[in-house]
Amino acid sequence: MRIKRISTFIMNKSIRMATLLIAVCFISFVLISASPIDPVQSYVGADMTRVGSEQREKIAEHWGLDKSPAEQFINWGSSLIRGDLGTSMIFRRPVIEVIKTRFISSLALMGTAWLLSGVIGFLLGNVAAMKQGTWIDKLIKGYCLTLASTPTFWIGLFLLIVFAVWLGWFPIGLGVPAGVLSQDVTLIEHIKHLILPAITLSLVGVSNVALHTRQKLLEVLSSDYILFARARGEKGFQLFWRHGLRNVALPAITLQFTSFSELFGGAVLAEQVFSYPGLGQITVQAGLRGDVPLLLGIVIFSAIFVFIGNLIADAIYYFVDPRTRGGRAI
Amino acid sequence: MLSIQKCNEKTIRMNNRAVNNDAKSSNTDRKTVDNSTTPLLNVHDLSVSFTQYTRGLNQKELKVITNLNVSINHGEILAIVGSSGSGKSLLAHAILGILPANVIISGNMDYKGVSLIPKIQAELRGKEIALIPQSVNFLDPLMKVGKQVRSSVNNGNATKIQRNIFQRYNLEDKVDHMYPFQLSGGMTRRILVSTAIANEAQLIIADEPTPGLDTGIVNETIRTFRELADKGCGIMLITHDIETALKIADRIAVFYAGTTVEIAPVEDFSGNGNNLRHPYSKALWKALPHNDFRPIMGHQPPPNRLPKGCLFAPRCDKATVECHDILPKASSLRGGMVRCIHAS
Ligand SMILES: Nc1ncnc2c1ncn2[C@@H]1O[C@H](COP(=O)(O)OP(=O)(O)OP(=O)(O)O)[C@@H](O)[C@H]1O
Ligand code: SF4
Ligand SMILES: [Mg+2]
Repeated sequence: MRIKRISTFIMNKSIRMATLLIAVCFISFVLISASPIDPVQSYVGADMTRVGSEQREKIAEHWGLDKSPAEQFINWGSSLIRGDLGTSMIFRRPVIEVIKTRFISSLALMGTAWLLSGVIGFLLGNVAAMKQGTWIDKLIKGYCLTLASTPTFWIGLFLLIVFAVWLGWFPIGLGVPAGVLSQDVTLIEHIKHLILPAITLSLVGVSNVALHTRQKLLEVLSSDYILFARARGEKGFQLFWRHGLRNVALPAITLQFTSFSELFGGAVLAEQVFSYPGLGQITVQAGLRGDVPLLLGIVIFSAIFVFIGNLIADAIYYFVDPRTRGGRAI
Repeated sequence: MLSIQKCNEKTIRMNNRAVNNDAKSSNTDRKTVDNSTTPLLNVHDLSVSFTQYTRGLNQKELKVITNLNVSINHGEILAIVGSSGSGKSLLAHAILGILPANVIISGNMDYKGVSLIPKIQAELRGKEIALIPQSVNFLDPLMKVGKQVRSSVNNGNATKIQRNIFQRYNLEDKVDHMYPFQLSGGMTRRILVSTAIANEAQLIIADEPTPGLDTGIVNETIRTFRELADKGCGIMLITHDIETALKIADRIAVFYAGTTVEIAPVEDFSGNGNNLRHPYSKALWKALPHNDFRPIMGHQPPPNRLPKGCLFAPRCDKATVECHDILPKASSLRGGMVRCIHAS
């Protein structure tokens, strides 16, 4: 019974994932083919004048750029199925490797921001809702609304100017100190470079999570079951602990997992501002310099990343919430 | 079988006037409790209005309860009957002090002679005064029902008390671990009743506790209420259904458009209703299937269109000119209360 439910769930999700990926691959391929950037030119870079047309053709042939878009798509697609994402034009290394190293450093950044914004946002949201209408609520709400309408890159720049340039507490950018061999970089150095971008990402994340949690808890607090709990003499923290938290936790956790796409989007901007060598930064480079294999690789990878977030959220609802656990269809 | 805990006169801290029959309370019967001259609950001239914002910043007051009087003695079951929207649930919530923030309340509510100000209400809720809510949505959807009943227990072994009550209502062991969504409507009703019984409150306000229950369970519930009352508790039983009220109530209060039009001993609801005092209660009585089965013409006015004089005037066949001008005062008549100029 339970096994059957789990396997149908996985089956359903796998089919959905496959269709999603095919669609994503196709659309991004079409978009890139239609883009005005000439991959050969961006591959060669500024030395374009010194490269003859014969050489250009050779390069194009090497990368398979002389074929029709349809053929290119089929070639790329069939190697993709074999697990080969191709070679990055910028890094001259297999796309999969590039993504892997970059993702690990992004993961540290996004993970920190994700946890911080999740925990702090949840706390703030609950406090605001429990104290609705008081100055604490107004303060938290004001803070959140202000930050929610401030662009990420602007917050990043602001933090950079104050804490790195003026106060000099943190390095100005990059993932590791300049001029130090990568194996000599200590963990402390890594963390130092991580803090400002992570705070930038969290600041924005906190406001979303807090506003959402506040809204959700207010809904819960106006429900009949809270009224009845009050009629039974429960109040304050006890009321929150017994009935509020219980009912607000699931939606909050779920929301946290469905926020992977915003997290990724935020990371692209934050990494750009801080020149943090993560996935976001190379996404911009791959786009600007027409590194088609890398760009497609990132697109696929991020689609999977976001999909997994949503998958976890669904799974939580499906298997943790007693109301659906009993066996309602997806 | 559960032995109903005695509703002895635990004197509450601020209670100085209530009868102190602790000495006799070990096996209190109705008589000893009835010595009390202070009613358990006395609601006098209660009015409740909602303030609502209409267009822009204009505030409007919506009067949902008007000069309402009602009282319950120790050991008494008072039924409140009235059609939908007559303010029955609001009265219940007003007594418990759980109305929303945008209400204005005037009048007096006394519990054992002590004025029910918010601070006192907060102390009494779930201890001395218990609510059996009207709808099954009042249970926390994410908490097992056994636990919800256990959290109502004030004294003694919560698990044992909860199990005993469930047994009494034919709720099997496995129900303890179920969530509200897994229960049938009837089971949920029984859970709601259980929360109040687990409470050992002295005043139980039951807001429509029996719809959807089969006769066996209805009778069990009624029996429970009677037992509790016999031990000195007061029960306010809110219902649509005069039949159920007749079965167990000592007195019946008839609600109309947010006020009590009549309070009568249950015996007066008999024959062709000649003993009743108010035209509305008479009409209500006559409308019952086993009487004339003649419906009352017209509709109860909604709170935003209350008539100026007697609230029943637009539908009353005895109405005269004065009736449309002034709201009749509540007056005592033949051991009951009535709000009608021409009552006799
Ligand atoms: N929050 C509110 N704001 C404005 N009006 C309200 C509110 N709650 C209730 N009312 C109004 O107060 C009146 C009385 O409502 P109440 O719930 O007490 O009726 P009731 O007698 O319990 O009816 P029922 O038998 O259907 O439960 C109704 O007209 C209702 O529309
Ligand atoms: S006061 Fe007049 S209108 Fe109202 S119930 Fe009595 S007779 Fe009817
Ligand atoms: Mg009601």
